[in-house]
Amino acid sequence: MQDLVEAMANMKEEEALQIVDEMLEKGENPNHILDLTSEAMRVVGERYQDGTYFLPELIMSGEMVKKIGEQLKPHLAARQDQAKKLGTVVLGTVRGDIHDIGKDIVGFMLEVNGFEVVDLGIDQPEEAFVQAVREHHPHVLALSGFLSVAFDSMKSTVEEVDAAGLRQDLKVIIGGGQMDETVRKYTGADAYGDDAMAAVAFAKKSVGVN
Amino acid sequence: MAEKPWADMTADEKRAWRIDRWRNPPIEFKSPEAEADYKARLDRLIAALEMRVPDRVPVSLNTGFWPALSAGLTPYESMNDPARARKAWIDFNSRFQPDAMSDPVHYTMPGAMFEALDYKLYSWPGHGVAKEGSYQYAEKEWMLPEDYDHLISDPSDYMLRVYLPRTAGAFAGFSQLSSLFDFIELPFVSGHLGGWGSPEMLAGLERLGEAGRLRNAWWNETAVPVIEKLISLGFPSYRSCGTKAPFDILGDTLRGTKGLIMDMFRRPDKVLAACERLVQVAVDWPLKRPVGPATPVVFIPLHKGADGFMSDEQFRTFYWPSLRKMLIGLIDEGMIPFCFAEGRYNARLEAIMDLPKGKTVWLFDQSDMARAKETIGTVACLEGNMPLSLLYAGTPQEVAAHTRNLIDVAGAGGGYILDIGAVADEGNDENLAEMIKTAKEYGVY
Repeated sequence: MQDLVEAMANMKEEEALQIVDEMLEKGENPNHILDLTSEAMRVVGERYQDGTYFLPELIMSGEMVKKIGEQLKPHLAARQDQAKKLGTVVLGTVRGDIHDIGKDIVGFMLEVNGFEVVDLGIDQPEEAFVQAVREHHPHVLALSGFLSVAFDSMKSTVEEVDAAGLRQDLKVIIGGGQMDETVRKYTGADAYGDDAMAAVAFAKKSVGVN
Repeated sequence: MAEKPWADMTADEKRAWRIDRWRNPPIEFKSPEAEADYKARLDRLIAALEMRVPDRVPVSLNTGFWPALSAGLTPYESMNDPARARKAWIDFNSRFQPDAMSDPVHYTMPGAMFEALDYKLYSWPGHGVAKEGSYQYAEKEWMLPEDYDHLISDPSDYMLRVYLPRTAGAFAGFSQLSSLFDFIELPFVSGHLGGWGSPEMLAGLERLGEAGRLRNAWWNETAVPVIEKLISLGFPSYRSCGTKAPFDILGDTLRGTKGLIMDMFRRPDKVLAACERLVQVAVDWPLKRPVGPATPVVFIPLHKGADGFMSDEQFRTFYWPSLRKMLIGLIDEGMIPFCFAEGRYNARLEAIMDLPKGKTVWLFDQSDMARAKETIGTVACLEGNMPLSLLYAGTPQEVAAHTRNLIDVAGAGGGYILDIGAVADEGNDENLAEMIKTAKEYGVY
């Protein structure tokens, strides 16, 4: 494994930042460095999926990517060659709920697994989800919520997406806090997820990938 | 029991003293029947807490604003209309007849009190959250990474002069104070007092006074009348004070989730030193106060050690050692730690078994209760596990079936208290009634 990938995947922050500095000094193509960080995130994602890593490593690696991004920014020309995405997911925490940690993990895991993620943020009203679905034509709408107040917000969000005629090619998954099969039925969602891996599996199934 | 000096008492003697106080509250019962009900309910709870077999599975209700909503009040209204709030909580308990009272203490404080403080850690109904909503914490790094040494060297000084000024506007002036040790020598006092006379401090003290007045008005108008009335009707108080795991003190409202997670990689030694330093602080927190706790049950919400938040190794390194020490410290003071394991705790059930038998109670939210019974259930009372989702959106038949299953699995051989897995701000009254009815019929030993 490349040094940078290994340092990042093993949570060696200082080492990773130093390697990036050295690579830049040697005139390494910053786009190549960026590819290595993506590779490292893929490794972190795998380790999360196999139960070696947990929330701390996801947050820490996200922070490393941010810092490396800052290091690279002055060297980076605009890049057009985005890899082909598996599909698009619109994600957000529903109205009345301001929790974001669970939502962010789901977003992270979807991204490292090849999805384009449109993250609307927290406390999002029904209209915001309807608008985002209309605009981005996602394969999956992922609704996050921690509190019981989210039960009704999820239900009304699903209803409004339905009423706007946007449900035909769209799969809806809910997750977070108290979400389970009882709440799934109540909200009219297609699935609920216990964790970020469930969201990834659902999104893959929704676009016909294993 | 001959009255020994507190310091000479064993943990069991302290606990017996506290339980005796709990059994004999300084309140007149409405009738001999109410008194008999009180004692029967309390004995049922205590038997379960001590892992003995009570006459039937006791029922406690982990409610938040549910009693308010059940009475047609929004959370906001219950915080601002003492008469209706009182009636809501008294009616709720009278109607559902739990073995431990659902009290309004943590849910009906007036928003104006927090507004006077300019309290920044939370949003509350009518202030950053809709009037129909519940409290929500505003995640942020309130304590900075460079603050560790101050916190570790002198936690209370750190709180007073750094943390409070950041987190509540009324304390802003406290950032200009010098050390309180100035007071131990006359010549130093004059220098110190400058900080107390600053315009910012004087304005802040007025706001603090106002917050205190609002608190006392609420306490006397809402909290005390409800608690006294419910005790007089035969409903024991249950959890009367609280504390937190050292790692959660740091991770919830000081460093924040993200901040503390970074620290686990960037400065693990500081994290461990801070957790260690906070052990005794967390033990003293519920105990060293002008009036001691009315019951021995100390509420401890557990957050950052749940499944998914960290690995087993990280749990055993960062989370559990200081929490365990704190629990032992509370047990040594005759308290009964009530650990509320929010979310899922399936990966922790073995690690947390390292506790003296029959001294703690664990309320599980979504953990596997069969496994909990085989593991932590062999050394501690179990509680909870009725899914909030089921009470909210299930049918009475589903609720009854789940209740019977919990009684069979977790209630086998005693040591179990039926309760809602998560703090319930709302739900279906019919389902709650069904849960309690099932426990009272099917839960008889």
